Amino acid sequence: MADLIARSPAQGLVPVEIGGAKLTEAPMVPIWAVAPYAGKAAALSAALEKAHGLPFPEPGALLSKGSTRLAWAGMEMAFLMGTAPDEKLADHAALTEQSDGWTHLVLEGPAARDVLARWVPVDLSPSACPPGAARRTLVGHMGALILHPGGDRFEILVFRSMAGTAVHEMTRAMRAVAARAAL
Amino acid sequence: MQIPCPLCGPRDIREFTYKGHATYLDRPAEDAAPEAWHAYLHLRDNPAGATRDLWYHGAGCTAWLVVERDTATHAVTGARLAREVKHAG
Repeated sequence: MADLIARSPAQGLVPVEIGGAKLTEAPMVPIWAVAPYAGKAAALSAALEKAHGLPFPEPGALLSKGSTRLAWAGMEMAFLMGTAPDEKLADHAALTEQSDGWTHLVLEGPAARDVLARWVPVDLSPSACPPGAARRTLVGHMGALILHPGGDRFEILVFRSMAGTAVHEMTRAMRAVAARAAL
Repeated sequence: MQIPCPLCGPRDIREFTYKGHATYLDRPAEDAAPEAWHAYLHLRDNPAGATRDLWYHGAGCTAWLVVERDTATHAVTGARLAREVKHAG
């Protein structure tokens, strides 16, 4: 049988550090889409809390407990990250593994917000995007999920096939922001 | 232009796709008269003022919205989940 070599989506493309921003790739962890069946939202939230210690997130929220995270990912959809879902959740929700479907980049540093402002059409300033925020939006023309755990750290999830484009666009913006800062 | 998504808050127009007038929510019954289907598919008003139309928040929460706006002033005055509008009758 063939001996397959595991490769993360952005392997070889990062790290990139320019000016006050650093782009890296997050360690690959399980990512599961959790989508409640019709009328099961409350039961699912209770089951999530019992099994993983976190309720179903409100729109725009990122919840975390230990290494388990639960991010709102759209209407009636959350991503459970860092662990596989308890099998009891299957009574209330469609569970879909997406672990290797996403490129999970991390942009951090004092210039991170300025870099993202070049591509992202939502307000990521501290007042509009507090710690514990999850934003489903665009990075350039790419659909993305942006997580803000706090500080000046932003996590950018785009489809795996978009890894090269995402790193290229972020690198261009990092270079431009650094050039402006140097004027 | 921004649309106030009920789930995501105010979002830039580039996250949305336009569908057409909210008439699309009122699909005639399968056995409705041809005139009703003709009206549903083809007949639209062209108001200078308030109108309601369907937008898809495809680059955000993926909800369908009924957006209220004014064709004369370009003001966007509200948006609701299409599902709620539909189920409210």
